[in-house]
Amino acid sequence: MNKASLATALGSPSAFGQSQFAFMRGNAFEARVKADGGAELLRLVHEKLDRGAEPPERAQVPDLTATGPEGRAARTSLALREATRAPGTWTLLDHPMLALDVAGSPAFLEPDAVVVHPDGSWTVVEIKSFPMLDGSADPAKVGAAARQAAVYVLALEQVAARLDPSPRVRHRILLVCPKDFSNLPTGSAVDVRKQRAVTGRQLARLTRIQEIADALPEGVCFSPDLPADELTAAVEAVPATYAPECLSACELAFHCRARSREAGAVTSLGRPVRAELGGLTTVEDVLAAARGEAGDPADPAVAALRRAAALRAEALATAAATATTSATATATATATATTGSEVAGCR
Amino acid sequence: MSLITTLARLEAVRTGRAQPAATVRHRHLSDRPLVFVPLTTAGEAGAPLGALVGTDRDAPRLLVVPQPRDRDLRFAFLSELADVVLPHIEAYADAVETAERTETDPETGKRVKVEVDLCADAAQLIVPSRAGVEFVRLLGRSMRFRRTAEQDPEAPHPAPPRVPLLGRWLTHYGERARVPGSSLLLAMTDLLGRHWATGQSTLEDQHLGALLAWIDPPEGASGAETALRAELARDADGQLLCPPAGPATDPAFDNKLLAPAIERYDRARTALAAAEDGLEADERLAALTAAEREIRALVESRTRPTWDAVWRGLDLLRELPAGAHAEERWTRDRWSFTGHRDRILSGEPPQPRRDDAVTAANKLATREREQARLDAQEALDDPLVMAGRRLAGEAFAGEVVDVTMAYSEGKRPSPRPLVTVRTEDRPHLGDRVRVYRSLDGRPQAAEFAGQETEGVFVLRIVDKMGRGKEPEPGSVPEKGDLVCFTLFEHEQRGGAKLPDPEQTPWTHGGPPGEAAAVPEAADAQTEEDIL
Amino acid sequence: MTAEAVTAPPEGAFDPGAEAARATAAILHDTLHGAERGVVVDSPPGAGKSTLVVRAALELAEAGRPLMVVAQTNAQVDDLVLRLAEKNPELPVGRLHSSDTDPYDKALDDLPNVRKSAKAADLAGLAVVLSTAAKWAHVKVDEPWRHAIVDEAYQMRSDSLLAVAGLFERALFVGDPGQLDPFAIVGSEQWAGLSYDPSASAVTTLLAHNPGLPQHRLPVSWRLPASAAPLVSDAFYPYTPFRSGTDHGDRRLSFAVPSDGSGPDRVLDEAAASGWGLLELPARHTPRTDPEAVRAVATVVRRLLDRGGAATSERSPDPAPLTAARIAVGTAHRDQAAAVRAALADLGVTDVTVDTANRLQGREYDVTVVLHPLSGRPDATAFHLETGRLCVLASRHRHACIVVCRAGVGELLDDYPSTEPVQLGTLVKFPDGWEANHAVLAHLAEHRVPWRP
Repeated sequence: MNKASLATALGSPSAFGQSQFAFMRGNAFEARVKADGGAELLRLVHEKLDRGAEPPERAQVPDLTATGPEGRAARTSLALREATRAPGTWTLLDHPMLALDVAGSPAFLEPDAVVVHPDGSWTVVEIKSFPMLDGSADPAKVGAAARQAAVYVLALEQVAARLDPSPRVRHRILLVCPKDFSNLPTGSAVDVRKQRAVTGRQLARLTRIQEIADALPEGVCFSPDLPADELTAAVEAVPATYAPECLSACELAFHCRARSREAGAVTSLGRPVRAELGGLTTVEDVLAAARGEAGDPADPAVAALRRAAALRAEALATAAATATTSATATATATATATTGSEVAGCR
Repeated sequence: MSLITTLARLEAVRTGRAQPAATVRHRHLSDRPLVFVPLTTAGEAGAPLGALVGTDRDAPRLLVVPQPRDRDLRFAFLSELADVVLPHIEAYADAVETAERTETDPETGKRVKVEVDLCADAAQLIVPSRAGVEFVRLLGRSMRFRRTAEQDPEAPHPAPPRVPLLGRWLTHYGERARVPGSSLLLAMTDLLGRHWATGQSTLEDQHLGALLAWIDPPEGASGAETALRAELARDADGQLLCPPAGPATDPAFDNKLLAPAIERYDRARTALAAAEDGLEADERLAALTAAEREIRALVESRTRPTWDAVWRGLDLLRELPAGAHAEERWTRDRWSFTGHRDRILSGEPPQPRRDDAVTAANKLATREREQARLDAQEALDDPLVMAGRRLAGEAFAGEVVDVTMAYSEGKRPSPRPLVTVRTEDRPHLGDRVRVYRSLDGRPQAAEFAGQETEGVFVLRIVDKMGRGKEPEPGSVPEKGDLVCFTLFEHEQRGGAKLPDPEQTPWTHGGPPGEAAAVPEAADAQTEEDIL
Repeated sequence: MTAEAVTAPPEGAFDPGAEAARATAAILHDTLHGAERGVVVDSPPGAGKSTLVVRAALELAEAGRPLMVVAQTNAQVDDLVLRLAEKNPELPVGRLHSSDTDPYDKALDDLPNVRKSAKAADLAGLAVVLSTAAKWAHVKVDEPWRHAIVDEAYQMRSDSLLAVAGLFERALFVGDPGQLDPFAIVGSEQWAGLSYDPSASAVTTLLAHNPGLPQHRLPVSWRLPASAAPLVSDAFYPYTPFRSGTDHGDRRLSFAVPSDGSGPDRVLDEAAASGWGLLELPARHTPRTDPEAVRAVATVVRRLLDRGGAATSERSPDPAPLTAARIAVGTAHRDQAAAVRAALADLGVTDVTVDTANRLQGREYDVTVVLHPLSGRPDATAFHLETGRLCVLASRHRHACIVVCRAGVGELLDDYPSTEPVQLGTLVKFPDGWEANHAVLAHLAEHRVPWRP
């Protein structure tokens, strides 16, 4: 299902999309990294991850074309097996296809590249077009790349487990990015053990995706062709908790935000807002509790809200009074600026 | 987020208008700020597309790179930018006053007062958003290692003369912006977000148009609706009515308007190069000029709304009275500005790509100290900020209900009056915890000496009462006075002195040695920079 | 990750006393006779870190090497001074202190051979001089100390080490990598990935610049019982496992008064039998000072005292009464600690330690009662997921740990999968807080008792 077209159909088109400048630049960079049979890419793998091995002067680049994702995945498995059984050689798999078992059904994944080392171990390579400037890169983007690579590592481990002996899938992946302001490639090894462990645990718990599906009403179907109200109802049936972070990650976020705001959910202002509100979840409930119109005063959240409301009102009144005073006594204002500050700050 | 801010945001949701998050202006605003609204090219690091820049809200200077991947055009842009920014900075750098500073005498090792120049004011740079601050940093980094033909006659693509210098200044501004409370380089979204609480999340507050919509919606309209329009409304061509404040552009703009215009420009340029005679060249030059003008118009159409928004934001901020300590912090900015001016004058090389161990530690220490200073000063200047500290148990306000004179033990007893304060606040007071109040702008300390009943605390005043046996008049609170004590200190102590970089210890890599003496190389350049 | 973790040797083949002695001997050998300028010792909870520091200090002093000791807080410094004086009352010791009021523990005044001063010059020539890193940073010397011991080195920031490293020639660095990391109150991302990132821990910087330094590990926790060491080791030290110094059955907790069948009593019996207990309240989003959870914590403590608890261990074959001094309550936040104290006072309990994880670091009790950092929370922030916080709370006890928590933390964790940003070039710190929380939760689920007052 395409979330962007779904969002448009729901009446909340997202601001997503990619600039063709970024797109072209990304493609040009990947092509450059993989040019010459991946010479530069393999050089970086050797330099950053496997200095002890023979330099990759001649590498195998097997043809992975096949029909359909299943066919390509099978072709990739075969190529991985052959490469692993040819010790002493470097092999570059350009856009291999991997199948990962997610809650009982296969998901197909396409890493930028996988390299088989001379010792038979495998490395995931991620090529990104954001720059590494003086050796560091945008941590949020690196984090996303690491999580993505961790999924590939898990998928490769499933392939490796079917081989005997099982080759080692390396837990340090290679991230390749443009260096500084140039488009020369540079690389950095990224340890993805944490992301792999987290993703592994999530996948294990995702067996419940079946449970989520079971909980949905009969006949739920997300097709953008449905009328908007039916679509809305279908989407509402999937539990999803909107938070502002969703805006940068999901095409449906503007839709969810509209629903969240409509419901008066305090989390539409950010997740941390809820931290001190206890069981109060809507704007009106919180404000009513703060005004003393609702809520149990013995509830610490309610008590704290009332104190906060009183302190806020007091401070604003003080400021207003100070402003009036200073308006009538502008002449002396500068002279008493310092003493005034204590009064202003306190009462 | 404190509950007080949360309440303000919820109140904003309810009323459809932003609510005050401060009652005074906590940042210095220059009378003549230099506003800079840059745009960048998607997918390229440090390839500017254009900018509006200047100090006159009615007459910004429009700078455009019609083909962002052309190195010469990029240099032309940076050179023009330098022509606007550097004279502005230099005007401030030239006007100095004499100030006193404590320095360590290199011969005796003693702390002595010396007279030095301090710039009477400093140039202030305002960008629309936090991403703009990041872009200033990036521009600074991309320029400061460039070599001019004068510096290096062999350089393959020499930079225009003043570009490296602009890079050093922008780097300094970008670095200074990381110091809490500094005002040399400010993002308008941060400024507005500091002073108003909107009915949306802080993440959404990064959109300058939406933020302003909440604070100052048009007559009769709700902030929430106006903000939503600012975020999402598009015209018939699919273009955002309120373009993003940059430096990133909207992909729809790139794909539908900018890319075709750049393509026409490229074609016109190729055609001009292929012209066979003067007449043809004239015609084709006209076509190229028209293509360029079209790109300039596009860039202006995306930057001008942001430019106007920044000035509107400045108007709103100027309506707030200045916080009492904002000026003192600005003086620190002036010292920072003067220090950088002096480093350039004395011929120091550009700031290195990476801080050394000692510089990094010194910067971190400074920023932690400035953060503590800012937190204290904002609370002292603004009852609304103090309210948050009181709610958190870090301060308390109340009425003096009793004062008992007491004295310290010892040969020369000093006054140690016991002051009983009744408050409804709930400070985290423990045995002998120190508290402070502002007495004529200076902190007076007291010790927690016991609790009488719920909300009634006894404090022992310990200083600022003069040298005599009797406290000086006005130095001890009197019964009935309203007082406010904080559990945090008002002034910050200086940290320990770190070793000189040349004395870096073995735990941190040892002295830098010869390698540090070699000037940093320029960045590698690739052929694809040019068409 | 656990798949890769080194597994501890099988039961029976392991003689804790001998293993610990071997490790200590190797550490002291490298410290006194090694060629390297530094020695690093990782010490898991209750592995005898202070004993090691005191012993190393005494041996260095005996060898005639002037020694400075750097600790992180005044309480830690005073504690070391007291321990040194206890082991060797004749040793001339200097306590360098700040010029604030009450700069050191008054108990030091009773020690005849401990000289105290705010000036380093007054303490020149003493065998051992101890102070905090903050105070040492202001000291200037012409001639550096021959040797230093840096205690709690994993809680010391790199910039703090930079300020004092010029004072000594060589040093022994000791600390627990599993506890709370040092932090900065402002962003320090711009230095992430640099070997000398000033906000990193002192040990990280030290090892980045001196990768060849000998690194040791104390392999045995004498504090944690056999029921706790495997969980704490697997969850928080996946790549550096340790063992309990005692075996199952070496320690026993019993009650004179039988259970009344209530939730608190049943969780006490579960914890007495298995070392762990989870008292689970119904799922609900609550403010931090969740009154029900706070009351549950207080009730558990009250019952612990009322039921005449007695602890039998390798230290005392005769049951020792479980007094208030041997019990602690741990929370994530100060206001939670204050609320628990107030609830305990209502139940007439005043002398049980109630504190936050930060303040419980380095302390030891027979039984701890922990208010789970994520209990009742609507969101899971980095603060609440921080591995060190949970590690501190789950590793203070000699006999049993009882966790009070709202149901639903597992789902909360699932809603907040770890999506941390990644800085290039930084060492990955293990384990991940999200992962560790899941591991601990899974274990506690086996010892769950529903709340029924």
